[in-house]
Amino acid sequence: MTAVWDAIFQAGFFSSDEVQVALVVGGVVAVVSGVVGVFAVLRGQSFAGHALADVGSTGGSGAFLVGAPPMWGFLVFSVAGAALMELIGIQRARGRDLATGIVLGGALGLSALFLYEDTTVHNTTGATMTVLFGSIFAISSSLTPWVVALSAISTAGVIVCYRPLLLASVHPDLAAAAGVPVRQIGAVFLGSLSVAVALSSITIGSILSTALLIGPAATAVRLARRPGLAMLWSALIAVVSVWLGVLLAYDSYTWPPKHQAWPASFFVVAVVFLFYLGADAGVSLRARLRRPAAGQVAGDGPAPAGVSG
Amino acid sequence: MVPPLRSSEDAPGTYGEGAPPTGADLLRLDDVNVRFGDRQVLRDVAFAIEPGQFVGLIGSNGAGKTTLLRVILGLQRPTSGAVHLAAGHELGGAGRPRRAPLVGYVPQKVMLDPDLPLRARDVVALGIDGRRPGIGLPSRSRLALVDRLLEQVSATRFADSRVGELSGGEQQRVLIAHALIGRPRLLLLDEPLANLDLNAGQDVVNLLARLAHEQQIAILLSAHEMNPLLPVMDRVVYLAGGRAVSGRTDEVIRTDVLSGLYGRPVEVLEVQGRVLVVAGLETPDLPVVSAGARATR
Ligand SMILES: Nc1ncnc2c1ncn2[C@@H]1O[C@H](COP(=O)(O)OP(=O)(O)OP(=O)(O)O)[C@@H](O)[C@H]1O
Ligand SMILES: [Mg+2]
Repeated sequence: MTAVWDAIFQAGFFSSDEVQVALVVGGVVAVVSGVVGVFAVLRGQSFAGHALADVGSTGGSGAFLVGAPPMWGFLVFSVAGAALMELIGIQRARGRDLATGIVLGGALGLSALFLYEDTTVHNTTGATMTVLFGSIFAISSSLTPWVVALSAISTAGVIVCYRPLLLASVHPDLAAAAGVPVRQIGAVFLGSLSVAVALSSITIGSILSTALLIGPAATAVRLARRPGLAMLWSALIAVVSVWLGVLLAYDSYTWPPKHQAWPASFFVVAVVFLFYLGADAGVSLRARLRRPAAGQVAGDGPAPAGVSG
Repeated sequence: MVPPLRSSEDAPGTYGEGAPPTGADLLRLDDVNVRFGDRQVLRDVAFAIEPGQFVGLIGSNGAGKTTLLRVILGLQRPTSGAVHLAAGHELGGAGRPRRAPLVGYVPQKVMLDPDLPLRARDVVALGIDGRRPGIGLPSRSRLALVDRLLEQVSATRFADSRVGELSGGEQQRVLIAHALIGRPRLLLLDEPLANLDLNAGQDVVNLLARLAHEQQIAILLSAHEMNPLLPVMDRVVYLAGGRAVSGRTDEVIRTDVLSGLYGRPVEVLEVQGRVLVVAGLETPDLPVVSAGARATR
């Protein structure tokens, strides 16, 4: 029994400071990503989330250039990117993708420049890897309080806007007719989204942050019938994915070829993906099991027209 | 040649002209104009609705029905004119709807995402306090109220189903319950019958007529097809070419009145108990402008 335990949680896993920070920061960020992600999915803003991550990477790579912690770079640029999208007109259905695309294009150009400078002039090859793919084991423990505070802000934004956001996801006109300031609510949510994306970027990198934001949420909305439950599921799946990812990455150091740890981000995204596939299969199976019962219900309707078996 | 029309008196469950005049109008539109660019969609539209009246807003595709309802809701600002709502609740210039509880709304063509993690009862509950910030705590009285509304629209059977997985007609009922739970005095429905088969449509119409009658909720319902509404409509607002005529059905659905509205000869015919508005005989190649017969596809 202990042998199994030791094989799973290898020597030093719980005593390592890096692992502890990774588990705490990763766990908190996962909760936020899971919660915010549900509305990102419902509002069809996964492209916006991905774009914000790319915009954030401009800040992350810029921060390396000036020697600042990348988190602040991610955060400032992601939030500024959200503000810019809002200004250009993310609210209009068609304007939304356009605004996102315009901001994204501009930021990616800068990002390429900064990463080039990071790599060639400043000779920090690791910058590219850290910005794009994250380095969860290299997060400074002094950032932990900040991560927690920013997570609280992002979650608070979603909680404050919870009911109006749900109403708007049923139909925007319904929300507007009920007196919801739809535009302002959307702006607050975009702010929450940008903070969540920045946090997600420092843990698993800007490229993969969308996976943590959208994957658990997309899985959860298929599983749960209630919005609160969907958020709980989403947060749970995200946390389990991140923690499993951290564990597997730590263990992979002893896998062959020896002494070449696999990136945690890979494992996180892999677990997220497996959750999605599992849920998809589960939902299909459930539907198939229920179908005979549904046929009986249809039979007592007023229209006797052909009920297929 | 004006064929006799079924007037609203002989319909069961309505009170037609026999209704006691309640005095103050619930809603009054004064010369509302709406222009998008150089396209004038509504032109001097004026009519009034009293409490408990069932009003049909009839017009073909693009006639401006949705636009008119959005103007009443305060979602669309009129280019000129005014919307007055019960005792001084004037819309004003800002265009922000402030009188939410007074007006309920069921938008056109809502097809909800099957992945929306909301049960039918959650959507109805959002009608109580969906505009408020925060998560909101469940309470027994709220749950009871939601149950009551679900029962009123015969939606109890699928109350716990995912709303996006319900049929169009079932979603329609859920949205009606959502609109009603805020206790509106005026209920606006945009083409609620468009996606329903004959039976389901008739059910919805009867339900609404009952609400109008029993709870004195005024109903303004848009449709491009007036026949299912004829038995229950107290009044009709007929839209064509951006202009509107309103009145009792037998005052409006007439060859002379509608020809004037369309600005070209049209004819009102009654065929096998159905009212058809067709292009006048003088211009036989004009298309049917509003056929009573249901399209047989
Ligand atoms: N925001 C807008 N900008 C420009 N034109 C608009 C706008 N909204 C509506 N229109 C135009 O106004 C006209 C009336 O539209 P509206 O949606 O009110 O018609 P409708 O009677 O509801 O039609 P349908 O039966 O197809 O729903 C249409 O020609 C439409 O193109
Ligand atoms: Mg319309």
